[in-house]
Amino acid sequence: MDYSQYLLSILVWLPIISGIVLLVIGDGGDAKSSKASTMRIIALGMSLLTFVLSIALYAWFDNTETGMQFIERFAWIPALNAYYYLGIDGISAPLILLTTFITPLVVLTSWDVIKVRPAQFFAAFLILEGLMIGVFSALDGLLFYVFWEAMLVPMFLIIGVWGGERRIYATLKFFLYTFLGSVLMLVAFIYLYGQTGSFDMFGWMNVTIGLTAQKFIFIAFLIAFAVKVPMWPVHTWLPDAHVEAPTGGSVILAAIMLKMGGYGFLRLSLPMVPDGSAYFSGLVIAMSLIAIVYIGFVALMQKDMKKLIAYSSIAHMGFVTLGFFLLWSIQSGSGAGLGMTGGMVQMVSHGLISGAMFLCVGVLYDRVHSRKIADYGGVANTMPVFAAFMVLFSMANAGLPGTSGFVGEFMVIIASFKANFWFAFLGASTLVLGAAYTLWMVKRVIYGEIANDDVAELEDLNIREFVVLGVLAVAVLLIGLWPAPLVDMMNVTVDQLIQQIGHSKL
Amino acid sequence: MYSYYLTIVLAPLAAAIVAGLFGKQIGRAGAHWITILAVGLSCVLSMFVLKEMFWGGAVAENIHVYTWAVTDGLRMEVGFLVDRLTALMMVVVTFVSFSVHIYTIGYMHDDPGYQRFFSYISLFTFSMLMLVMSNNFLQLFFGWEAVGLVSYLLIGFWYKRESAIFANLKAFLVNRVGDFGFILGIAAIVMFTGSLDYAEVFGQAESVAAQQFEVFPGAPWNAMTVACILLFIGAMGKSAQAPLHVWLPDSMEGPTPISALIHAATMVTAGIFMVARMSPLFELSETALAVVITIGAITAFFMGLLGIVQNDIKRVVAYSTLSQLGYMTVALGASAYSAAIFHLMTHAFFKALLFLAAGSVIIAMHHEQDIRKMGGLRKYMPITYWTALIGSLALIGFPGLSGFFSKDLLIEAVKESHWHGQGAVYWIAYLSVLLGVFVTALYSFRMFFLVFHGKARMDKETKSHLHETPWVVTAPLIMLAIPSAIIGWITVNDVLFNNYFGDAIVVSSAHDVLAHMGESFHGSLSLLKHAPQTPVFWLAAGGVFSAWFLYLRRPDIPVTIKRKLSGIYTLLDRKYYFDDLYIKGFAAGGRGIGRFLWEKGDQLIIDGIIVNGTARSVGKLAGVMRQIQTGYLYTYAFAMIIGLTMLLSWLIWFR
Amino acid sequence: MIGLQHYLTLSAMLFVLSIAGIIINRRNLILILMCIELMLLAVNFNFIAFSRHLGDDTGQVFVFFILTVAAAEAAIGLAILVVLFRNRRSINVQELNTMKG
Repeated sequence: MDYSQYLLSILVWLPIISGIVLLVIGDGGDAKSSKASTMRIIALGMSLLTFVLSIALYAWFDNTETGMQFIERFAWIPALNAYYYLGIDGISAPLILLTTFITPLVVLTSWDVIKVRPAQFFAAFLILEGLMIGVFSALDGLLFYVFWEAMLVPMFLIIGVWGGERRIYATLKFFLYTFLGSVLMLVAFIYLYGQTGSFDMFGWMNVTIGLTAQKFIFIAFLIAFAVKVPMWPVHTWLPDAHVEAPTGGSVILAAIMLKMGGYGFLRLSLPMVPDGSAYFSGLVIAMSLIAIVYIGFVALMQKDMKKLIAYSSIAHMGFVTLGFFLLWSIQSGSGAGLGMTGGMVQMVSHGLISGAMFLCVGVLYDRVHSRKIADYGGVANTMPVFAAFMVLFSMANAGLPGTSGFVGEFMVIIASFKANFWFAFLGASTLVLGAAYTLWMVKRVIYGEIANDDVAELEDLNIREFVVLGVLAVAVLLIGLWPAPLVDMMNVTVDQLIQQIGHSKL
Repeated sequence: MYSYYLTIVLAPLAAAIVAGLFGKQIGRAGAHWITILAVGLSCVLSMFVLKEMFWGGAVAENIHVYTWAVTDGLRMEVGFLVDRLTALMMVVVTFVSFSVHIYTIGYMHDDPGYQRFFSYISLFTFSMLMLVMSNNFLQLFFGWEAVGLVSYLLIGFWYKRESAIFANLKAFLVNRVGDFGFILGIAAIVMFTGSLDYAEVFGQAESVAAQQFEVFPGAPWNAMTVACILLFIGAMGKSAQAPLHVWLPDSMEGPTPISALIHAATMVTAGIFMVARMSPLFELSETALAVVITIGAITAFFMGLLGIVQNDIKRVVAYSTLSQLGYMTVALGASAYSAAIFHLMTHAFFKALLFLAAGSVIIAMHHEQDIRKMGGLRKYMPITYWTALIGSLALIGFPGLSGFFSKDLLIEAVKESHWHGQGAVYWIAYLSVLLGVFVTALYSFRMFFLVFHGKARMDKETKSHLHETPWVVTAPLIMLAIPSAIIGWITVNDVLFNNYFGDAIVVSSAHDVLAHMGESFHGSLSLLKHAPQTPVFWLAAGGVFSAWFLYLRRPDIPVTIKRKLSGIYTLLDRKYYFDDLYIKGFAAGGRGIGRFLWEKGDQLIIDGIIVNGTARSVGKLAGVMRQIQTGYLYTYAFAMIIGLTMLLSWLIWFR
Repeated sequence: MIGLQHYLTLSAMLFVLSIAGIIINRRNLILILMCIELMLLAVNFNFIAFSRHLGDDTGQVFVFFILTVAAAEAAIGLAILVVLFRNRRSINVQELNTMKG
């Protein structure tokens, strides 16, 4: 029997079930107990197992297939004509791989850092992982929506329970912002359901919709996804959420949850309402460019490292949305695919780099318990290995060629030049701004004389931290030096998508 | 040859990785041996490649190494284009790098970051080779930024020094401004030609030049001009052309070996190399060439002037580098690409030599860099003295030495470039390079005399310890002094007039000043004989004489001049206020914008008014609404009655 | 001749009186209970009047139902009132505002 056809379900449910098992067994409330350490090992083992299975997914993935792969389809709620319908293509597969890659690292990062209720903490991450994979693989609108909303719960708890001092404010802001958006998405789903009588996303892609309706649906989607990405001006929840979240939460938030927005644009907005997207593409491009430039300046002045990285995330995600919506601005020739692929690569790369940056800050925070840039200085003196990693990831964040950060930006800048000189001009300003805010932080934190006693007593990375950062560094360099495997996964799907968008649905 | 090329590139990379990651395990000696052997191997193989090109009749090779990514019809690849231009650059890079590696053993002897340093300079060699050997724009940009990264790391090598980490950030950011233009240039190339590959792009150059492109709506420009100027902005950053030159003098905060390697001989010449490599494109846009020649001329002359007022030995050499880079840029603008590359090569040797000699002096002086506190070092450091003399003479173009051939012919080429017209551009360029000769001679020999001649002005303690530096320092000096002296004599005919570069450099016949000059060129010897008849010779001699007179004979005169012309002196001392403009203007302005957007935009408007404002108004509304909920039974009863009445009235009258 | 409208007017007056009693009275919960009873009586009055007027006896049957329910209701109301008094030592309406927003 061929088990590969159930692989997606396994990827979704294995982490969720193991998370529930962790919750049921619990740790007895004592982080030092042997029970707690067993829970840790189970969490790590399960997340690693998921990762190994996702490698199988990669191995069996067919780069030349234009349609969906690994499809599973069972009746779910017959009364609503809703199906349990999973499947992936070149857009979702890299993001699933990213999810399964990051989660074990997050588990490792939080190993003995979490002192309160560790079992529940790890359970939240495992459940979150399964739900995120669910979002990326769901092809049924209702299923997608369920995963999408369910995802908020573990994240809400992670920030609200294990977060910093202002965690309640941050977590409420996070929840309300994203919930507002997704409720509008639900309205759009219900409308589409009314039009087609099913929640099948392919049905939604092919149904004819009038321009006015398309505009409304697009706006609903835009609000839902712009909040998630986040785009300017609905970005202010992100710095707060990141600052208050525990390191692992920040990593997942930045690395994967932000990608939901970009994924939503590709999976829902563009193919389902192409004419609406065309109508508003100028608006989205403007918002993206504002994000790149405006946020670049704002990031420059941050005093809190996590806030700085959070803002830099917003700027980088601006490239994603810029790349996705260039299609209609490019007058002739190819280039739209370049922008879209670039945006996709940027999503994956940003997942790795911002995750790594948050981990770096976490390493410092665990030792000194401060995120303020002013509390550091001369860390390179006491933590040379860490400093090397931090400089590497900062360079990647600044888009240095040879690191993954460059690949997507390069493609998007080239594509945007084809669209309009000034798009490329504003986009490329990140070369200067990105370097300025990242390296200025590096200068103040890593370089210089030892600033205070806290820094003087710092100990360099332990094995666990070294492994986590090392694995990420290898991934960042690998994608930077040879992005072909990643890009090849997307090419066919992106071409297919562009064709799909090319057909007007009026 | 493919395996040779791969070895040339990868050997330094492998060495850098080993020395960088396993520095502790292999120890100091291990680190320097492995990197020196690797770079030595690269150097030998590069020389072999050059030999094959020169005498073996090897042809240019365009080699595909691997596909970086393909998407949407755009192939992004990694590959090597090895032709005669590349081969020459490879030898220059690896040879200077090899000398510097050896020199570093002596210079960094006591530094705790010994292994790290070797790892960095090997990594630099790799990046630079990737840059010059590239056959496409993507890899060019990779090498371009990678050398910038290593430069950043090396300028900030002594990361405890505030000045060093300020300088490296500044260098990286200013370079990034250049790269900003560069990447737009690459994007323009892709837009016009649909390819990143040199061969394909050059093949379509003519059709690009026939296109129009509107940067500003309603003002169509020639597409080639747009692309070339954007690319040249990149070159301005990397090759430190005004107004993006400010990072180079500050980069002297790095250890001296890298000043020689990166900030004199190789990395800063990447821009020159790039424009020469892009000659098929630049040739098609006279506007772009006019921009190039003007920027170069301004840099050549005005940066040279700054060298006269500097007192830090390394900064004098740095300004000299700026000025010489300006010369090369002028040559590019005059379509004399071969002359630019020729000067690049001779300059790499003698400027690296000068830097290393300066470093040798710095070691002897126990890391004192102020030339006012030196003097009379000639008798303590004979080898350094003689090699520095060769370097200085080569720099000012003393007949027979390498700089003579390259600079004399470069100036001649500019003079002949009449196709720029007889207007301002031509005269700015020609006069700048001509007067620059005098300035060059003046600052070079001012430094030379102040350091090696005259009274010893250092304190007793230092003076008692003065002695020649160890062989690992002097050997590279001698190694570099030899080509500094003779390379021009040997190669001038081939490089400039015998069509050495072949297809690597394309010059349209209307611009081909070198071919024109070649008609009257009769070998190195005759050029040497004619030297005294040129204004260049006398300007240089005048410069040396002035330096001797002003700084050895009558040191009181410069003091008087400084007092009388305090306005000009301050202008020069403040480096034309460029630093103030950038730091107080752009950097502070950027921070101001950032603070404004953050505090007013994000915190006040978005978060304060819109987000929390919404929350607050909901709260306020609720506060008003709750007043109605008194909790008294009779209030609710009353509300019910009122509601009932209203419902009834509505039913009766409005239905 | 005493017609339908006289009965209805009386019933309306009773009803309004009871409403006024509920709203104006701020002292005693018992009074409110009594007013509710009065309200029911007003309704009963209407039922009887219409029953007579329309010649349909169902209305009068209804009145018996209402009377029964009202008695039960009064019993429960009084029981609640007693419990309330036990807890708060007061049946003053002014003090019963735990529902205040």
